[in-house]
Amino acid sequence: MREEIIVSGRNNPLIDPQLHVWHWEIPTYLFLGGLAAGLMFFAALYYLRGKENDYRTAVKLAPMIAPIALALGLVALFLDLHHKLYFWRLYTTIRLESPMSWGAWTLMVVTPVSIIWSALHIKELFPNWDWKFDFAKELIDFFQKKKKVLAWIMLISSAILGIYTGILFSAFNARPLWNTSIMGPLFLASGLSAGAAVVIWMSKDHAERKRFAQLDLMIIGIELFLIIHMFMGFLASTQVQIDAVNLFLGGPYTAQFWGFVVILGMIVPAILEGLELKGYKIPVAIPVVLVLFGSIMLRFIISNAGQASRWLY
Amino acid sequence: MRYAMAIDTKKCVGCSDCVVACQTENDVPIGHCRDWVVEVMDGTYPELEMELRSERCNHCENSPCVRCCPTGASHYSDGGIVLVTKNECIGCSACITSCPYDARYVHPDGYVDKCTFCLHRVKKGMQPACVAVCPTKCMYFGDLDDPRSEVSEVLKKRKYKTLIPEAGTKPQLYFLI
Repeated sequence: MREEIIVSGRNNPLIDPQLHVWHWEIPTYLFLGGLAAGLMFFAALYYLRGKENDYRTAVKLAPMIAPIALALGLVALFLDLHHKLYFWRLYTTIRLESPMSWGAWTLMVVTPVSIIWSALHIKELFPNWDWKFDFAKELIDFFQKKKKVLAWIMLISSAILGIYTGILFSAFNARPLWNTSIMGPLFLASGLSAGAAVVIWMSKDHAERKRFAQLDLMIIGIELFLIIHMFMGFLASTQVQIDAVNLFLGGPYTAQFWGFVVILGMIVPAILEGLELKGYKIPVAIPVVLVLFGSIMLRFIISNAGQASRWLY
Repeated sequence: MRYAMAIDTKKCVGCSDCVVACQTENDVPIGHCRDWVVEVMDGTYPELEMELRSERCNHCENSPCVRCCPTGASHYSDGGIVLVTKNECIGCSACITSCPYDARYVHPDGYVDKCTFCLHRVKKGMQPACVAVCPTKCMYFGDLDDPRSEVSEVLKKRKYKTLIPEAGTKPQLYFLI
């Protein structure tokens, strides 16, 4: 039998025997960023459609989680850097070819927008809230008048943020499992699904919960379609891509991917949400927690499996 | 000017002198390496072939590491040599994941490090440490744009290959076969 045995004298930490430079920080950030993107996207969308009072949780309350998620995500990103004291270099350069540079600048837009949006609605959550300083009140008044512009910026920038969480991976040609354009839309859909799930969880309004359950069902359908599309694309591609996708089709990540992401994170919550829409009584926390779990697992598994996939030589 | 290196896999004996020379010359931290030797055993018994390759950063003409670097720390220097400016590197590891050759590592001081083709020596008219020390003289270094350079001459005469050409990175490390 023809065999090839490769023995490498290289033994660099985090690189050998298998690449593992990105640990929990990156997938955690990608989940929190995706969740924030989802929350902000729906808030902007329904505000612009004039449904501010129909979907109060989605437009006013749920987006308050976005700045918290973004801040925690940025802490995770910071922790991931090995040369932490130089992090500000991200903001002294604009590198159009680097997805990470795009991400840094997108966050520069998204984070303040999420804070302003929350500030505009904070009085609804805490009626006794007092801004204390006049300039803060003036700023709030200013943004209140420009709310439509702010909503448009939020809609577009949150979509870019959601797509970026996937493009960060897909830009790396050296990791065949990541190198597919499906990653952007898949991660955006996963972020939107997580955002919709949080709205369902927080909302007390039956009509709003019903609308977001319908939305979530639709997004889960899109996610499943994108996953099938991704597998078909890989299997019709070169040997390195076939080997990469085999990590999920009989390889070491098979049980995790299909069990945690597809079955527990998508199919089971979709069935539960479907039953709920048909009038069955199902505790809302169950599908919501499953969707969030699936969304986190998707990031972790794609991050780890991607680093395990490589070119042959 | 386009610096390149050719390594004769027929002459290499896998002694790892190049690895030690590099570690000494460039103060490579203990437990890390900028270059390394790979042994490939291929074939069906008893007809087996072994290839020895001294590998390092391929100083690709189309470097994904340079493209994906968010701060510009990874850049092309003189003659297309790919370098990392340590005070601009934030250690995000994007360049590490983008390199199909896994030629980079995180230096214990936090920045990303890799082979520089010993540019500091090349600027003085010397050869990279690995080339200078090789006991079998199996490495050739020079300017590909100069038809009379050692590396151009040897690539004209011999058959050669590059690693993972299908990745489209246009590597400048040639292996004579």
